[in-house]
Formats: sequence, structure tokens, C-alpha cells
Amino acid sequence: MGWKNRDVISIEDFSIEDLDMLFKLTDEYLEGKYSNDLLKGYIIGNIFLEPSTRTRISFEVAAKKLGAEVINFIGEYSSIKKGESLFDTFKMMDIYTDLIIVRSPIEGTARYASDICKKPVINAGDGMLNHPTQAMIDLYTIKKIHNRLSGLKVGVYGDLRYGRAANSFILGIVKYPNNVIYAISPPQLRLRDEMKEKLKELGANFYETSNLNEVISDLDVLYVTRIQKERFPDPAEYEKVRGSYKIDLKSLEGSKPELIVLHPLPRVEELSYEIDVTQRQAYFKQVSFGIPLRMALLSLILG
Amino acid sequence: MTEEIEMKVTKIRNGTVIDHIPNGRALSVLKLLGLTGKEGLTIALVMNVKSKKIGIKDVVKVENLELEPSLVSRLALIAPTATINIIRDYKVYEKRKIILQDVIENILKCTNPTCISRQTNEPIVSKFKVISKNPLKLQCMYCNRYLLEHEIISQITEGGG
Repeated sequence: MGWKNRDVISIEDFSIEDLDMLFKLTDEYLEGKYSNDLLKGYIIGNIFLEPSTRTRISFEVAAKKLGAEVINFIGEYSSIKKGESLFDTFKMMDIYTDLIIVRSPIEGTARYASDICKKPVINAGDGMLNHPTQAMIDLYTIKKIHNRLSGLKVGVYGDLRYGRAANSFILGIVKYPNNVIYAISPPQLRLRDEMKEKLKELGANFYETSNLNEVISDLDVLYVTRIQKERFPDPAEYEKVRGSYKIDLKSLEGSKPELIVLHPLPRVEELSYEIDVTQRQAYFKQVSFGIPLRMALLSLILG
Repeated sequence: MTEEIEMKVTKIRNGTVIDHIPNGRALSVLKLLGLTGKEGLTIALVMNVKSKKIGIKDVVKVENLELEPSLVSRLALIAPTATINIIRDYKVYEKRKIILQDVIENILKCTNPTCISRQTNEPIVSKFKVISKNPLKLQCMYCNRYLLEHEIISQITEGGG
């Protein structure tokens, strides 16, 4: 399946070959090899029904660097506030724009949008479920630093129950051979059953633990996520786990020299600023790759 | 119909015989059909009898009622092994096979309150794919949440969910 007019709903829908094509074009864009009027005349609709900093801005910057116009639809200031359905909102944006980017706190929103819209839909995060473009950036970052996406020992640390970025990242990295995944989290924030069964079905080599110390010396990558406060059904449950983990220089003691720390950001209190100035820090590289990768994504889909 | 059952329940003249119901599910089948006994229909219910096909089974016979085809797809969710015989003048007039579809649409409700299919102001119908037939296990096609057999039976028979 080619990229033209393709919906981007889940990282699961993309093969290693698809991702290779995306990463190759990202390399070119990273080196400045692109035409700034490639997408001239296209209008991109950004529908954000939940707060976002990097994803919304980087999609907007990516579109503008290629010459496209961007309409920002913010739920709070729209007819959704008056009770208009998402169905009608998507119908309207499908008429007005050439490509729709949607973020929502409700799981399945992007798939629903893709059922309604004829234009391609990109999922910019739906509830606790998927964040495919973040996963693409995460994989690209690892490839750039480690020069490979296979034969890696990867720790994914934090809120694995509610974190869509962590779940999408895991589903992305297990596509590549000979990777070992350590799902590290407090017991309350373990991977959901359907995710664990999916990983078993995919034949992924994965282990669960609550203790980073047990595995730190093996890791090539440590992917840290914040606790997803907004997705806890009960605020008291959030308070129980809040501050239950934090990565600082001490917690990385005994790790391999080549270990890198990723984080999809925003961070709250789980990742110490003292990592920022070390060789481990890869999260600002993720941020910087976000724009060329999303440029490549838009141009492959609209091309 | 085995001899054992015929000894326990006489043949019906007109109506529906639902045979090969998994044992213990006959009462759920009656609930699904909306039969409480107050309708005045003659209903025979046999539970836990031997079956060559499924080991132990339940059977429901309802006189003067022909099962609507729309109920058959719902019945597949709680009694996937069942067979339906429509009886007219003591003879099998029609056999209706129960087929569990690969995708179950607009019958069940996702248990995840933040699933898009649960949003009441959207014109959306629930969609589940069948992950396993025995025990029955479905997965929401929007949010990936599983729906397990006991939740399915509860929703079908009690409208719970």
C-alpha cells in the first residue's frame, strides 16, 4: 500500500517498508532538501479537541514550510461547545480542507473521522489509544542515534496503562527484529490486557517489571512517559501514584554508555532536568525531528 | 430431537424449537426473546440433557411463535451452537442456522466510557470484531477494549453494560 491519500490512524497499519520510505524522505528534509511550495494551494485542517503544544505547532510549521495553509480548529472556541456533533464537524472540515489532523480525548475519534471523511485523516492522539506520528518520530530518533532499529533492548517506563505515546511506541519498535521490550511501571500503571495480548500475538519479546534497577544495565533506550493525570477515572488513584517514579542521574547509574533517554514530552516531575545536559538526552532531538518527519508525512500523503 | 427430550416434552404443533443451546443458557435465551411467561404462550424448557453434538445442552420450545430473523444474530452471541427449527403442523417447516458474524454491529455497547462509540450525540453504531468464539471474546473496533462472554450475556439479556 502506498502513502498517497492514506489515513494515519495507528502505527500498526504501517510496515517497515512504509516507515523506511518515510524516514528516507525525512533525512532529505532534515538536510533542507525540499521545495517550499511543494504543498502550495493545499489547506490543512488542524482539529484539536484536547490541549497540545508540540504536535499542533509542529504540524502547522511542517505544513507552512511546504507552502500549505493551515486552519486551526480549537474545540473550546467552536460550535462543539454549543453541542454540535463531531460528525458534523468532520463533514464540514472534509469540505473545507484537503487533509485533516485530529486530536481528541476520546478513543477511536480518528478512526471515526476517517470513516466520515473522504480526505486523508491523521491521528494526532486519541485518548489513551494511539499517537502514531509520535511513534514515527521516536523510531526515527533511535535510528538516527543508534543507526539501527533492531537488536535493541528498550525500557519503556512510566504510565503504560493510559499513555498513548508509550503504547504506540511499543507497537512500532516491536515491528523490528530482535528487540527486547521491558515494560517498567508501578503495578497500577501496567500495560492494558488488550495491549499485552496484542504483543503476545505479534510474538514480541517483552517483560514487565516495577523495578528499573533490575534492567538498567541492559538497556540501549529508555523511553520515559509522564503519568496521564487527565485519563485517570478517579483523581484519588492519580494521587496514589503521583511522584512514584522519577528518572535522574542516580537512577541511570550502571547503565551502558550508549543508553539514550527518550520522552514524548510534556514532562512533569518524572524526568529530571539534570539529564538535559548529558549525552543521554534524546528528547529534544525527538522535538527537532518532529518537523521534518511531519513534513515528509504530509508530502507523502498529499504528494 | 432426541428421544430423551421427547419423553420430557411433547411435540409442538406450530412454533419454534431452539435446540443445542449451551447448557445453563436457556433462561438467558428466554430473556433475549422477551418471554416472561405472562404472554400466554406455551413454553417448554429443558435443561442439561445429553447431546451428541455439544455434550450437554438446553432446549427451548415456544408454541405459536416464530422467531424473527432479527433476533437470530443476537441469539448467536449467547447461544452460538443453537439450531432453530420453525415448526408448522408438527413438521419442521424451516431450519435457521445461527451464524456468528465476524463483525457485530449495533447490538452491544463498549464498556469503555471514553470510547467514541459511547458518545451519545454522535450518529455512530458500535462495532466489534470476534477475537475468539469459545469462550466468546469481542474487541471494540474503535477503542480496542475487550468485551468478555459474561459481559456480552449480561448486556444481551439484561440490557446491562
